[in-house]
Amino acid sequence: MDRVDVQQLKSGEVNLGTSIMAVQFKDGVVIGADSRTTTGSYIANRVTDKLTHVHDRIYCCRSGSAADTQAVADIVHYYLQMHAQTTGTPSVHVAASLFQKLCYENKDALSAGIIVAGWDKDGPSVYNIPLGGGLFRQPWAIGGSGSTYVYGYCDATYKDGWGRDETVEFVKNTLALAMSRDGSSGGVIRMCVITEDKVERLFVPGDQLPKFWEGDEVLPTAVAWK
Amino acid sequence: MTSIGTGYDLSASTYSPDGRIFQVEYAAKAVENSGTAIGLRVKGGIVLAVEKLVHSKLLVPAANKRILTVDPHIGLATAGLQADGRHLANRARDEASNYRDQYKTNPPLKAIVDRLGLYVQAYTLYSSVRPFGISTILGAVDKDGPSLYVIEPSGVHYGYHGAAVGKGRQLAKTELEKLKLSDLSMREAVLEAARIIYVVHDDAKEKDFELEISWVGEETNGLHVLVPKDLLDEANAKAKAALETFE
Amino acid sequence: MDHFPTNWGRPRNDLSDAYGTFPLAQRPYNGGKDMFAEGVKHTQQPIVTGTSVLAIKYKDGIMMAADNLASYGSLARFKSIQRLHPVGKYTVIGAGGDMSDFQYIQSILDDTIIEEFAASDGHTLGPVEIHEYLSQIMYARRSKIDPLWNSLIVGGVKDGKRFLAYVDLLGTTYSASTIATGYGAFIAQPLLRKAVEGNENTLTEDAAMAILEESMRVLYYRDARSLDKYQLAKITADGITVSESRHLQTSWSFAEGIRGYGAQTQ
Repeated sequence: MDRVDVQQLKSGEVNLGTSIMAVQFKDGVVIGADSRTTTGSYIANRVTDKLTHVHDRIYCCRSGSAADTQAVADIVHYYLQMHAQTTGTPSVHVAASLFQKLCYENKDALSAGIIVAGWDKDGPSVYNIPLGGGLFRQPWAIGGSGSTYVYGYCDATYKDGWGRDETVEFVKNTLALAMSRDGSSGGVIRMCVITEDKVERLFVPGDQLPKFWEGDEVLPTAVAWK
Repeated sequence: MTSIGTGYDLSASTYSPDGRIFQVEYAAKAVENSGTAIGLRVKGGIVLAVEKLVHSKLLVPAANKRILTVDPHIGLATAGLQADGRHLANRARDEASNYRDQYKTNPPLKAIVDRLGLYVQAYTLYSSVRPFGISTILGAVDKDGPSLYVIEPSGVHYGYHGAAVGKGRQLAKTELEKLKLSDLSMREAVLEAARIIYVVHDDAKEKDFELEISWVGEETNGLHVLVPKDLLDEANAKAKAALETFE
Repeated sequence: MDHFPTNWGRPRNDLSDAYGTFPLAQRPYNGGKDMFAEGVKHTQQPIVTGTSVLAIKYKDGIMMAADNLASYGSLARFKSIQRLHPVGKYTVIGAGGDMSDFQYIQSILDDTIIEEFAASDGHTLGPVEIHEYLSQIMYARRSKIDPLWNSLIVGGVKDGKRFLAYVDLLGTTYSASTIATGYGAFIAQPLLRKAVEGNENTLTEDAAMAILEESMRVLYYRDARSLDKYQLAKITADGITVSESRHLQTSWSFAEGIRGYGAQTQ
């Protein structure tokens, strides 16, 4: 069965190779992302902001094609403005559903893996919309190429009932671990703490990331000839 | 030489009625005609020394070495047929190289000696070849420290604290036994080795000889090399002086 | 729609493999069929890889730099690998590309040096001979359609002469006063040329270290298969020194205020 080759159109595409994450806690959600954007193994932008505002207390974390996810986020941003004007402040679930609809109905054309998170009158929530355009509510969600390296860490570490600071540490550590192993992730960690009162931006410079095991000191591969 | 003419000495693949292989014993005779070679296993290293008989004034000094390097940390000295010595050294180099390629570690001397022993022994089995006319001293400092071995033409090999082969081996062994080998430094061992070679050299029969000394151990950063010229000169001078008091 | 789960979240075309996830790209291929697909054979591919190597001539000799990362596709798999290898007393080779092939090259060069030592005939192999030998091996292997998948830099000093040259998996060679492999050829080479060309005989050791460090930093900023841990090697008349691994200082604070990708301000 032959198919239309859309690949050629997309070769050289800019990708958010990405490690992204969102975790809910009692008073809100913490979302986070690395800052690397690549074309192949070239770092096109080392200080990208992948945490995208779509409404006052609703953000998304974008992974996949930069062009696709920006277009989708722009559309959802517009829909939520319309929703706010006509119906009132949108819930996180409404925002996530809009993302889901776009991603599902255009699944053949898009490469977008998006996490939607925020706070609404029902409390904090996190929604994961992976590649096919399904919608999954989770207490914590990770995404992007870097996430595959840290599922084990998250499963072993996450506990219900954390406060803000513990949650921020969890997100920071998880992203640092993912960035250290995934060549398509890196740079700085950007985080947002979204609560009823405010959206607080947090920033961890690329040379101040949490450190974990980094390998032994360099082992010489042969005895230097004296 | 009661065996001569009996027919049992024509082939390495034939035993004599009393269970000997005369060709191997004749090979040992070839060794006895050669200048002495000795090896000392001392504190921190190995010293090898050879009395290289100079049978012609036309020979280039320091050419035709009888001490050879097998691997950076393994030295080999032979007494007997020089060409056989070079052949065995080349075989030893191949064995060392194969060992290194296979195991990615420095070959321990024991492993090389075992393989060379098998190789030499194979030349005592067939009528189409003659046994090696050499006794070989091998010395090295490997991961287990200094070690010293001798391989005979029969293929047997033993480890030694001090070893001597060739013409003057009996006297050399007597001299080696007088030494407290495990207490000697490498430099002291070089001087002792030179002295022993001078002592066992028979002025009456052989006119001239050249002293060859090599070492491997603490003094050489683990590499088997000939001793530097100044040390060799010192060793020659002191050995000559000691000889005068000895006599 | 791509129905193979292993393809999900990955680029849909092996030609681009934009995530660089190869060798995990050994998965069902759903793209268009090559007209000669049955006839296309791949001899080999690099699996565990090192990225750029940089080298320059300077006043006292040759200086080289390479980071300590060996990648497995996009996975940063081994973070303390040495890619600068001394060969004999006068030469260092630096390698990018497949690390198993590099280890093989190291072992044959080490064997050669041992052979030369055992011969104790007064001859020693310098960088010129080692580079020539390597180029013959690399070309012979590519001619067997079984190449050693590396870009190599050979640098050294012998008999008062500096030598710096390149050889790769095709057997291509060239010599220059600055050489960079991989991404370094795009990113670092211009920086190195600006600093070194015409100054080969005046550039100090400190200046050489500084320009290599700055180049490694830019590479770390821009190469997604690089690490901020690297080593330097210098080869001078006094011999070879390979440094302990060094850590790159980087700057990020300027990025704190950046928001979104356009109009976003929050």
